Amino acid sequence: MPYLLVLEEALNGIELGIMLFLMAAGLTLIFGIMNLINLAHGSFYMVGAYVSAATFAKTGSFFLALAAGVAAGAVVGVFTEIVVFRTLYRRDHLDQVLATFGLVLFFNEAVRILWGPTALYATVPRFLSGQVDILPGAPYPAYRLAIIVVGLLVAGLLYGLVAKTRIGMLIRAGASNRVMVGALGVNVRLLYTLLFATGAALAALAGLMAGPIFTVDSGMGDSVMIQAFVVIVIGGIGSIRGAFVAALLVGFVGTMGRAFLSPLLATVMAPSAADNAGPTLASMAIYFLMATVLFFRPQGLFPPQAR
Amino acid sequence: MRRLRVLAPMLLTAMILLGLALVPPIAGLSGENYTIDVFTRIMIFAIAALSLDIILGYGGMVSFGHAAYLGIGAYAVGILAFYHIDNGFLQFAAAILASAAAAAFIGFVSLRTSGVYFIMITLAFAQMIYLLSISLSTFGGSNGLNIDVHSKFLGLLDLGNPTTLYYLVFGVLLLFLFLGHRLVNSRFGMVIRGAKSNPRRMATIGFPLLRYQLAAFIIAGVMCGVAGALLANQELFVAPAIMHWTRSGEIMMMVILGGMGTLIGPVLGAIVFLLLEDVLSGVTEHWQAVMGLFLVLAVLFARGGMLGFLYRLRGGRSGA
Repeated sequence: MPYLLVLEEALNGIELGIMLFLMAAGLTLIFGIMNLINLAHGSFYMVGAYVSAATFAKTGSFFLALAAGVAAGAVVGVFTEIVVFRTLYRRDHLDQVLATFGLVLFFNEAVRILWGPTALYATVPRFLSGQVDILPGAPYPAYRLAIIVVGLLVAGLLYGLVAKTRIGMLIRAGASNRVMVGALGVNVRLLYTLLFATGAALAALAGLMAGPIFTVDSGMGDSVMIQAFVVIVIGGIGSIRGAFVAALLVGFVGTMGRAFLSPLLATVMAPSAADNAGPTLASMAIYFLMATVLFFRPQGLFPPQAR
Repeated sequence: MRRLRVLAPMLLTAMILLGLALVPPIAGLSGENYTIDVFTRIMIFAIAALSLDIILGYGGMVSFGHAAYLGIGAYAVGILAFYHIDNGFLQFAAAILASAAAAAFIGFVSLRTSGVYFIMITLAFAQMIYLLSISLSTFGGSNGLNIDVHSKFLGLLDLGNPTTLYYLVFGVLLLFLFLGHRLVNSRFGMVIRGAKSNPRRMATIGFPLLRYQLAAFIIAGVMCGVAGALLANQELFVAPAIMHWTRSGEIMMMVILGGMGTLIGPVLGAIVFLLLEDVLSGVTEHWQAVMGLFLVLAVLFARGGMLGFLYRLRGGRSGA
């Protein structure tokens, strides 16, 4: 029986990792190519969750909600890119951090104005509300399984896009030498906007999928955004492959720590002390992971090639 | 003209400090303590912003986790008070030691990296300490910890009196401004500033930069820890929210608003930021949306902060 529990938690870890990857992929692409650090990426996640939950409540159609959420993320992404980020590309990282910090404050308050201060209630669509037997006698929520499948699918698509298509080639070229790509006649501006829309849409997708699992409230994107930063720092900023590996690693360590650290500690110390220390250590686990990785590899696991 | 450029910041500093010194007597005329409380808080954040500016503005270390030390200092006071240790000297010593230890660890790991990595790592470490404070259920967890008594300084100071607390905070601010001035103009300060503008060159000359930067990082952490201990005394309450990541962003914003790389800039920034917050929150409950937009606009259009703006008014390029 404990093995089934471990299996279930492992799947939870993968699921969290997949969501973090959807966030981190956009962040790391945007940073790798435009050299832009965007704190407001968590806001796209939040916008996706809010719009999707509101659409679902109004229409009852899951697929409409899905489309609306992703589209809203992309639209907000493009809008902020044109209004704010275009001015920020040439600024230093400090200015980028502060301006996008202002955006986070704005978006967090904007959803409160639009949807009120209380959390929205997002529901799992009926056809995914059941359980699936992953092994005989080991049921697992179908919705969480669907998240894993969708996430892997998107990761595959993204890999195909970046590695096999012309746009992907331009993206990779832009990452290694922006100026040269522009000089060769590529509309870099449009490429940036397109990339931004993709990143924002991915974040929105992660947000709307997370809606039924966590709560949909103002500021929901903040902690995910910080974890996504941890992911791309561990993975090596600018590397999609690094983001994927690191996201799974972080999701795994975080989930496993929360589930098993207390019982594990209880075998070596008093149960009450373990009950206290377990959650404490678990919440710090991914940051320890990050500190350890950086101590040995200051550029992350998959450092980008010289730019 | 040149003389004006040198005199202007000194004049501004003198005016701001004089104004701050006169707040209690003037506010006391109306017989209420609200204004004194507001400005006590402003000066506490001015200390925090000043400490950040020493590593950010002079050292080029963009630490996005500075609120952590504010929290550590406040929790040092709170936790000791929880165990009925209300000796102020002990409490402040604990705040200093704890924030120094935390800064030493965080700096040791973070300073191995630079640029964006550094920003994100300091943010992540602050988040770690924030989560740690939430999980401390003995000390109130996310609900926070009430502090029963103010720090006691052998009966010399009664921090329960708003005016006494005000002048204590004012004194600490003056002391840190003085120390900061000595620091950034010393040989040590020159090394730190050199490391900002050309680290490779400084390293080639033979300075062990990491050691200097770590020392500056710890000094800034300690200053901010003291600000936290003062904040705990003002609010008689400490909660994890004190080190929420947005707080770090706010402190950073104060530095930039005022003008980084100057000592009086962060103080000016804290005054403007917190007064603006006070006014806006009185006008609308959605003041954070306005504040957010204001910050975006300030970054996009007002480079060099308010001091930079003042210098530009006087003609010529900003030297700040």
